[in-house]
Amino acid sequence: MSPLQVCLLFSSALFCIGLVGALSRSNAILVLLGIELMLNAANLNFIAFWRYSPAPAVGTGVLFVIFSIAVAAAEAAVGLALVIAIYRHQKNIRLQEANRLKG
Amino acid sequence: MKMTLSAQHLWLIPALPLLAAALGALTPRSGRTPAAGAAIGAMVLSFLLSCGALATALAHPAAHATANFTWFAVGDGAVRLGWLLDPLTAFMCVMVSFVSTLIFIFSLGYMKDDANFKQFFCFLSLFAAAMLGILVANSLLLLFVSWELVGLASYLLIGFWFHKPEAAAAAKKAFIVTRIGDLGFLLGILWLYDSTGSLLFYDNGAGVLEPTALGGLAAQTTLCGLALSTAIGLLIFCGAAGKSGQFPLHVWLPDAMEGPTPVSALIHAATMVAAGVFLIARVYPLMAADQLLAGVPVHALTVVAFIGAITALLGALIAVAQNDIKRVLAFSTVSQLGYMMLALGVGSWVAAVFHLLTHAFFKALLFLGAGSVIHAAHHEQDIRKLGGLSQPLRVTFATFAIGMMALAGVPFLFSGFWSKEAILHAAHEWEVSHLPLFAGLAAVVLTAFYMTRLVAETFFGKARSHAAEHVHENSAVMTVPLVLLAVCAIALGFLGTPAFPWLQARLLGETEVHGHSLLDGSGLMLGSIVLVALGLGAGWAVYWRTPRAKDTSPDPLASAAPATIAFLGARMKFDELYAATLGRLNTFLAAFADFLDHWVWGGAVNFLALLGEFSGTVNREADEGGLNAGFDATSEKLRQTGQAYSHAQTGGTHGYLRTVAIGFVVLVLLVMLGGGR
Amino acid sequence: MNAALAFIAVLTLASAAVAMALRNLIHSALLLIASWFGLAAFYLWAGAEFVAFAQVLVYVGAISMVVLFAVLLTRRSRQDLAVEPASLGRALSALLVGATVAVVLARAIFATPLAVAPTATPTISVRQLGAQLMGPHAAALLVVGVILTVALLGAVVLAATDRADSKENAP
Repeated sequence: MSPLQVCLLFSSALFCIGLVGALSRSNAILVLLGIELMLNAANLNFIAFWRYSPAPAVGTGVLFVIFSIAVAAAEAAVGLALVIAIYRHQKNIRLQEANRLKG
Repeated sequence: MKMTLSAQHLWLIPALPLLAAALGALTPRSGRTPAAGAAIGAMVLSFLLSCGALATALAHPAAHATANFTWFAVGDGAVRLGWLLDPLTAFMCVMVSFVSTLIFIFSLGYMKDDANFKQFFCFLSLFAAAMLGILVANSLLLLFVSWELVGLASYLLIGFWFHKPEAAAAAKKAFIVTRIGDLGFLLGILWLYDSTGSLLFYDNGAGVLEPTALGGLAAQTTLCGLALSTAIGLLIFCGAAGKSGQFPLHVWLPDAMEGPTPVSALIHAATMVAAGVFLIARVYPLMAADQLLAGVPVHALTVVAFIGAITALLGALIAVAQNDIKRVLAFSTVSQLGYMMLALGVGSWVAAVFHLLTHAFFKALLFLGAGSVIHAAHHEQDIRKLGGLSQPLRVTFATFAIGMMALAGVPFLFSGFWSKEAILHAAHEWEVSHLPLFAGLAAVVLTAFYMTRLVAETFFGKARSHAAEHVHENSAVMTVPLVLLAVCAIALGFLGTPAFPWLQARLLGETEVHGHSLLDGSGLMLGSIVLVALGLGAGWAVYWRTPRAKDTSPDPLASAAPATIAFLGARMKFDELYAATLGRLNTFLAAFADFLDHWVWGGAVNFLALLGEFSGTVNREADEGGLNAGFDATSEKLRQTGQAYSHAQTGGTHGYLRTVAIGFVVLVLLVMLGGGR
Repeated sequence: MNAALAFIAVLTLASAAVAMALRNLIHSALLLIASWFGLAAFYLWAGAEFVAFAQVLVYVGAISMVVLFAVLLTRRSRQDLAVEPASLGRALSALLVGATVAVVLARAIFATPLAVAPTATPTISVRQLGAQLMGPHAAALLVVGVILTVALLGAVVLAATDRADSKENAP
């Protein structure tokens, strides 16, 4: 097993933990955090591939992660603001009750 | 036992209290004994280690022993920090850890009924750790980090009784006012880093306080013809002025007395406020780098000297008219800090450090004495309502009197006399101007006067309120620190008398001590003794001979010159002045921004909105008239299709997410089974 | 070196897993912060120092605070912190889906020839990164700046209580 594979397994495990968390919890904040974990796992992949790439000096992986972190920050801010808005509306943050828009 | 501590292990001195603070934070609220025990134990150990460091430093007083390391490297740049051991660090460490230990012990008694006892010790330990961090740092960055931590601890402790609105307001004020100075400090640090590429003080020739860097800084000129080192030095002095309560940033220090009295003693008298003086003493080579330049508009140290002189005089003047026992001491602290800055400015940083050390002991003594009075008199702080306490509070009175005589500069026996003499002597020899000397001499008279007033009002006459009639001496846990501090307030002066200036020689890195005859400059000394006698005599004549009869009877001085005393009593209206100028400016700017928002930007946005509305109207007219019929049929079909699809929209987020995951799995399986590309 | 990687991975995964399983929201958030720290350590291990610091600043510093605030703003009492347990059916289906994804990913990783030669840890200096950001990726940088600004404004608008608004909605 090459070290790159170890890194990738690490990231897949993190991804799956985030996925299970996002799927199983009903609390909106925890679902958001699960999604954050999945994003982090993706970042981890970028860094792992950059680490073992033949030309690390180009730094595409690193740049991608920087942008991804910036977007994740925006996502977290908006997501949590949405959670607070939902809370104000229905006095709890259980996701399965936030289904006003269903068809 | 000969114990030494080298620079490599210097970090242990601040680390121990930090550990105690962490332990204190983790213990539950009820864990009063473990929290206080950890704090005091860590302080005692730090004190012993500091003594070891002092032994090392005294063995080679001229050496700046450093232990530098790389904190982290980012790419090709590295941020380096380090520890520095020289006599200045070592003396300060011993003083801070010793005074802290005594004040921690005193707090056991003073705070014993407080519900947040555990937190108090946790904050105190945090403060001590940060303060010691300032002292041992060999990097301006590390110093700045500790500096801000000290500010944080001070904020937490001033606002310790946060349920009192005054305490909460005082904490905010202290934090914000010192932050104004710190902004200048930070700019100075950045500028220094930009020009020298290093923030280490001493680094085998590459540090910022070493000749190479200093020469470069003094050689360049910048704005208004100032030397670069002058500009940076003045910016750093902004930080020092904020922390040390120098004019015009002194307004926070008296308000800080809202905190518990041990806090006032430790932070706002003995240690933190002296950090500014220490900082200037530490970067003294940088401040003095422009001294030999001719033709520059101003030398950094000249500014320091005049600010110090103004502060010394101002603080002493205001202290005369205060009625709260702690406020009198607070303004006297402002005044004494002014003295230290004055000494730094006139070029005698060793005199400043000498006064810093002696002042730390006798001012801590005075504050703890005041704390003892306040605790015994059921939290009555107004000296008009005290009185007659010399009988019931014998130990407190005796030690307080020693502290008072040290502060007033009663000759020969008391430490304050020797350190103050050293400063006046240095001011006398300053070539630029004699104004600071005269300010200092005037402050000598005033200091003796207001301290006599304080003692006479508090301890003599008869009790003028119910609280003052029923006082009992405090327990040994509070009186023993007083006695120890009183001993130091006397003994410390003999480390630096002109006849045997051991402390000064060691600070300057000399191993030989060259004494002068006491007769050198005896004219000045005689003059200041006369001035002290004048101040004491005036205080005696006005307040002591005929003690105040009732708490409402008028102050003799106030009836003589009511307007002046009222003006001084209102602290020369500095707060009002700032509120009227800076506060009003702020309000005006806010109103202006609001106006811009409302009318200019808001107008533009409204105009755009109108434009949009207009084009929308035009659009709608065209739509309804011409295009509608054909679209209606199409959209009906679309709507039906949409309805059919919309049943898939269950509104369950989990369902969507699950579908995505399953879809992903199917896709990957397809790719894998299909053999890839 | 691989021992360090294993240590970081175990720590990160364990804290993430426990965070996702706990009932107390505050504990979950704190453990996630630990896990983000683990990721920063991984980035340091891989030589991407700048990303590691960005991770600490953004996740450990900023997002964690936002999360904690969200947790504290959306509870009504002290007991409210404990979330009711997820329904068993959903938990089982989530685990099933997660396990399937994990198996598929693992198979994909093992099936792909990824045998790279072990190389020394690469470095990339902040100067190089800055040149890249300001040069070829300047457009993306600007877009990210706009996104962040819009997100900030959006978050404020979403979370702000508008007094006038609530008056209008009142009957």
